[in-house]
Amino acid sequence: MSPRRRVAVLKGGRSLERSVSLRSGAQVQDALAGLGHEVIAIDVGETFVADLLEHGPEVAFVALHGREGEDGTVQGLLEAVSIPYTGSGQAACMRATDKLLAKLLMREAGIPTPPFHALREDSIKELGGAAAVERIQQDIGLPLVVKPAHGGSALGVKFARDAQELPKAMVGAFSYDRTILLERYVRGRDLAVSVLERPPGGGGTPLALPVVEAVPREEEFYDYESRYEIGMTTFVCPAELPGETTERAQELAVEVYELLGCHGLARVDLMLERDTETLWVLETNVVPGMTETSLLPQAADAAGIGFEELVERILASAWSR
Amino acid sequence: MGKPSRTGPEGRGTRPAAHELARYEALFATRTKGMKSSAMREMMALTERPEVISLAGGLPDTSTFPAERFAKLMATVAAESTARALQYGPTEGMRVTVDSIVEVMAAEGTLVDPESVIVTTGGQQVIDLVCKTLIDPGDVIVAEAPTYPGAVPTFSAYQADVEQIDLDGEGMPIDELERTLDRLAAEGRRPKFIYTIPNFQNPAGVTMSLPRRKRLVEVARERELLVLEDNPYGLLRYDGEALPTLYSLDAESLGRAGAADLVIYLGTFSKILSPGLRMGWAVAPRPVLEKLNLGKQGSDLCSSPVTQMFVAAYFRERARDGRPAWEEYVESLRELYRRRRDVMLESLQEHFGDSARWTTPRGGLFVWATLDERIDTTDLLTLALESDGVAFVPGRAAYMDGRRGSSSMRLNFAGVPEQDIREGIRRIGRGVRDQLGLLGTLSGSPGVPSPAQEDRGEQRGRRGKGGGEQPQPLADVVKLPRREGSRGARRSNDR
Repeated sequence: MSPRRRVAVLKGGRSLERSVSLRSGAQVQDALAGLGHEVIAIDVGETFVADLLEHGPEVAFVALHGREGEDGTVQGLLEAVSIPYTGSGQAACMRATDKLLAKLLMREAGIPTPPFHALREDSIKELGGAAAVERIQQDIGLPLVVKPAHGGSALGVKFARDAQELPKAMVGAFSYDRTILLERYVRGRDLAVSVLERPPGGGGTPLALPVVEAVPREEEFYDYESRYEIGMTTFVCPAELPGETTERAQELAVEVYELLGCHGLARVDLMLERDTETLWVLETNVVPGMTETSLLPQAADAAGIGFEELVERILASAWSR
Repeated sequence: MGKPSRTGPEGRGTRPAAHELARYEALFATRTKGMKSSAMREMMALTERPEVISLAGGLPDTSTFPAERFAKLMATVAAESTARALQYGPTEGMRVTVDSIVEVMAAEGTLVDPESVIVTTGGQQVIDLVCKTLIDPGDVIVAEAPTYPGAVPTFSAYQADVEQIDLDGEGMPIDELERTLDRLAAEGRRPKFIYTIPNFQNPAGVTMSLPRRKRLVEVARERELLVLEDNPYGLLRYDGEALPTLYSLDAESLGRAGAADLVIYLGTFSKILSPGLRMGWAVAPRPVLEKLNLGKQGSDLCSSPVTQMFVAAYFRERARDGRPAWEEYVESLRELYRRRRDVMLESLQEHFGDSARWTTPRGGLFVWATLDERIDTTDLLTLALESDGVAFVPGRAAYMDGRRGSSSMRLNFAGVPEQDIREGIRRIGRGVRDQLGLLGTLSGSPGVPSPAQEDRGEQRGRRGKGGGEQPQPLADVVKLPRREGSRGARRSNDR
């Protein structure tokens, strides 16, 4: 049993993923209490820093998803007040949350990520960027996935089958972000590999957990958004894949984890393309969901790591940075 | 820490692992699969932040109810009937409360037999109980499109198969209803009831015309179908003549006032007194009433006697001139909401102008606005919340499939102060113009007004009061999502 700690669980916040974060936070709180730690729950809002200073926790468990909690903002504040925290540091958060930056880094490092271009809203308004859209289309090919460069809300992810649908998809995605990505649509299987830091003395490389596959209930090519709706997807873990595909997916996940400089934990989302059997890395979540049905706890469970143990390991990583 | 092991220590504090959750999954009823959450509904939670101007609520304004009056009513309940108020009550409701209900309905010109009334916990419970009583999985409910967003999860939970009929400016088109019923009959599907909000429909704000009301009752009779008439706002009419309820038309057509046999009437005190009381009612044909009663026994035995006594005490109050005091309060609400409605319509004219169409409700709480079909109001809501601190209900919430209605929005004017209505609409209008401008740039379509072309002052001058104040007939103004029509319009714009 590890020593009893005074842990602040940071949850809620103001992002679109607030309610998921509240659920993640509640699960983490229960686990920490079960492990014998003293738990301080903080719903991150206007009095966040004052709350931190008032309670003076030894460590902060970051259970925030999306804007502010995942993009390095909260991490920067925690560093400013010298409170150790779980998960990735400020720089890795910024690299992972900015999907454009992450994809550029992956491309440079030779990690396969679907072909893409990015557009900023002001470049369309002020630099005539609209004229580039046709070229982008030709370069990447249709159908296209249009997504906000930041944030993980499924709502902003749009699908354009043809050129006519593209303006609507782009304006929809711009509602969530000033920068959007236009990415080649990869038709195939949705995979996720969670990566955990090894416990101190447990070896060098991070541990890739079993692969989870998200299987949409209805195989509906046109309905991209609903695949992310709760209840529309079932999860299979470990995913039924050939051994070498599993291994390759896990390798890629660890490579991306290290490339971005992640720490503690992360979840890497991939696609296994149907026609080519190619694995493509889509994005990395530095604060993956911690609800009981979230992918990371499921994957950990499949690896024989129970929820409490998972939480304890993540907590321990706060000091091994 | 040792090697991970699959079996953790048992006992308190042990979390159910994911594989254990799969066990619960197997225990859940099939109908829970229909109770889905969605990213959009999750987002609606954000509209309740205090700094947000929310035009999203279904709220009346409770701030004008005098605190002293509330205290006095509670004191009356305590002084006269503490023991009864603290006790269980009859499932069908207390007689004193039923008397108040009969009085309220009479004020709308509908006579009812007190024996046909059941008091419920909010009007929402009526929708639940009617489904519980009538719907087997796969049975069909015919509803309006758009429909009350709060009915959507109830219909889903009972695994109803919902057919939605597109509304126009006069409410549900009955010829369209008949075609749908014919088609359902040909497909061997079984409609059980028709769900309608004839007055100031939620969310569309439109009102069913008298000829359609009469025809709807006839159709129900011809086909032996029940009608669930949801009438929360009937007394909140701001202009025009009151129309008879479907319930009273049904009863009249049978030649017996006060006893319809195909209409189930849903009423509520939420909009004319307080939603916090959670007090509504149903008036139903006797055999249906008995089943509703049995259903209610299983749900909550009875609605709160404390609240029922409060309602009864409230409806007994008399104003100085001897008139019922509740009528004065409703009159004050009508005045307040009428002004707010007018402010909203003016603001829409000013800030949405040509870029949208909207309904002109003659009562109720809501305006339904429809934008260019390429704007998705669910996305727009994100932008409005994040950058502008303003909220509305995206149109998709009013459709069973969660997809149609994507360019529309429901705007509440009743529960929002005038300056907030102005400011809220101004901010949404700015977001809309911004998106239209972007769409125009991206699709190169000259027909779409862009912010650059549109000077707000000029627009105000151009449209003037004549166009804005006295709206065109509803049928001309309202344009609910019609795919073919709007797509055609867009194509011609593109050229």
